[in-house]
Amino acid sequence: MAIREAPPAATDPAATAAGRTTRSTRRSLADRDGALAWIFLLPSVVYILALVAVPFFLAIGFALSDVTAGDASYDYVGLDNFRAIFDDPVFWRSLGNTLLFTGVSMVLIVVLGKVLANILVADFRGKWVVRFLVLLPWTTPATLAAVSWLWLLDSIYSPIDWVLRQLGFLGPEQNMYWLGEPGLAMGSVIAVHVWRLTPLAAVIITAGLVAIPKDLDEAARVDGAGFWRRMFEVTIPMTLPVIAVSALFGAIFTFTDMAVVDVLTNGGPNNATQVLTSWAFLRGIDGGDVGQGAAIALFLFPLLLAAAIAILRSVRRMEF
Amino acid sequence: MAVVEVRNLVKEFDSRLGRRRWRRAGGTAVRAIDGVSLATTEGEYLVLLGPSGCGKTTLLRTIAGLEQPTEGDVLIDGEVVTGLPPRARRVAMVFQSYALYPHKTVQGNIVFPLRAAGMPAEERNQRALWAAELLGIAHLLQRRPRQLSGGERQRVALARALVRQPQAFLLDEPLSNLDAKLRASARDELKRFQGEVGTTTVYVTHDQVEAMGLGDRIAVMSEGTVRQVGPPVEVYDDPADTFVATFIGSPPMNLVRRDGTLVGFRPEHLLPTGALNADDRTELSLSVDRIEYLSGDRHVYGTVTGIGEATRVVARLPATVDTPITAGTGHPFAVARSRLRYFDAATGLRRDAANGSSRDAATGSSRDGEAG
Repeated sequence: MAIREAPPAATDPAATAAGRTTRSTRRSLADRDGALAWIFLLPSVVYILALVAVPFFLAIGFALSDVTAGDASYDYVGLDNFRAIFDDPVFWRSLGNTLLFTGVSMVLIVVLGKVLANILVADFRGKWVVRFLVLLPWTTPATLAAVSWLWLLDSIYSPIDWVLRQLGFLGPEQNMYWLGEPGLAMGSVIAVHVWRLTPLAAVIITAGLVAIPKDLDEAARVDGAGFWRRMFEVTIPMTLPVIAVSALFGAIFTFTDMAVVDVLTNGGPNNATQVLTSWAFLRGIDGGDVGQGAAIALFLFPLLLAAAIAILRSVRRMEF
Repeated sequence: MAVVEVRNLVKEFDSRLGRRRWRRAGGTAVRAIDGVSLATTEGEYLVLLGPSGCGKTTLLRTIAGLEQPTEGDVLIDGEVVTGLPPRARRVAMVFQSYALYPHKTVQGNIVFPLRAAGMPAEERNQRALWAAELLGIAHLLQRRPRQLSGGERQRVALARALVRQPQAFLLDEPLSNLDAKLRASARDELKRFQGEVGTTTVYVTHDQVEAMGLGDRIAVMSEGTVRQVGPPVEVYDDPADTFVATFIGSPPMNLVRRDGTLVGFRPEHLLPTGALNADDRTELSLSVDRIEYLSGDRHVYGTVTGIGEATRVVARLPATVDTPITAGTGHPFAVARSRLRYFDAATGLRRDAANGSSRDAATGSSRDGEAG
């Protein structure tokens, strides 16, 4: 609109003057911030309502019903589904696995993310190659990555086993059975998940590192602080809010992820890697008991909400 | 307390890694410092003065060890420290932004250098208290930087620098973040503070008022070279070249071209003939076009004739001169001949050698860069 303030020389002066008065009295849509805000927000509001809010309330409805794949008629059953899932030891096993999976993954994601972030902000020759490689796992589709890992961790043809055999850690014809041994299976699931999410944490933490004024690090250097003192007394405290946010992302994405578990182990062996998401899917979709599946999935909600609130509150307290 | 010295220092910034601190001319490396040799004396207050981009901050950072010189050496207390990390140099730096650690209390900020040096807790708390009391911030020790005013932050930064009892202070425009009113009192305090602790100080500023007020000596820098080093009076009265002559002084020195020479005189020396009682004087005519009243002084703008080519100049008449002057008319003015300075029109260098001896005393290297 402002551009038209200077009319082209060829325009009839009278018409321009008239045009300017009408323009100044009538506001166009672009001038009305309130309406504009709503128009811009609408797509995301629709998206959230359709794909988050509706399924969420649907899940609450299903959790209180006896809907199954075979019998879609809605009958209210109260908390029966919750009683049923709490009686199932697999549920408690899944909950324990979920907490272990989330906790270990989150710590590793944040620590490795911090290390990678330091590499990403460093100034050296060929850093674009490193940046590209670091971001690659995050940009690879989850299932594609999981399938590649499935092959890497194969019980017989695993290249990792081959390397270990060449190095002499494994005897000939000996295999690790990465996804077959309960402990190793959990370790593998965690490793793949960490591999996938570390780049995201690295990028978030990099943003925090870049935001630290350069002066601070230089002041610490002149003040006589070495690398580790600068790291733990200046850099990490300054990036703590961002690190907490990356931990929150790591936790939520781990807690709610089932692609890695589903593709690699499908919860096995013997439920050793069963997590709440995969258990809910198994129960509700594969097993057809929609009510129980919804009840298991809903159990995630208060846990995540509490974790998110706790982390965001501590972030607010950390800000200076 | 120690002597800080740089010898034939050159710093080139390479564009390849994207460290573009200085404007680059067409993709080649830029010489931020172009062969500077300079030495403080023990306990001296040396001010590096120059326009932005002249290399003064780079020089300071090179002394601190935050930048490695391309050529040349840095010496602190007679020892070559080139290549050593900042922590090995035992200098303290106050940054333009103060660079206080925002997550630490004032106390935590001040003791940080002592903790890095591995001093026991009790001793370092005593030292912190001593530094805080010296700067009058003992009551703020438990606050955090964001709860402090600009002046208080500056003192915390000074206390953090002081507490280690460093070999030298390096101050990078520490007053530029303060408002004008606070700046005058902070300047006064800085000078008093340095007098008390007696530590060699290198102070970077682009503000000539700060430089004149604080410096035992001033090194005037331009385009990576030192143009002149000397006490404030000398730099003002006997500028080594036209850059120094016009950079220092407000309004700057008037320069009038006469044949191959530029004749320079300060605005306050251009006075109405009646107000100048010197026998040996150059009389000239000023056709006045504008008069400004600034804090009691009259700044008279006009075109001067009779001394060289007609040139627009400024005269600054003190409040004590009440000769009536009106815009749009010509007036007889004069300059005492002893106040005239002569520069080469082509190179800008001083022609009359009146100031040579005193400048040589300042490390003998003050005119390194003029060829370039």
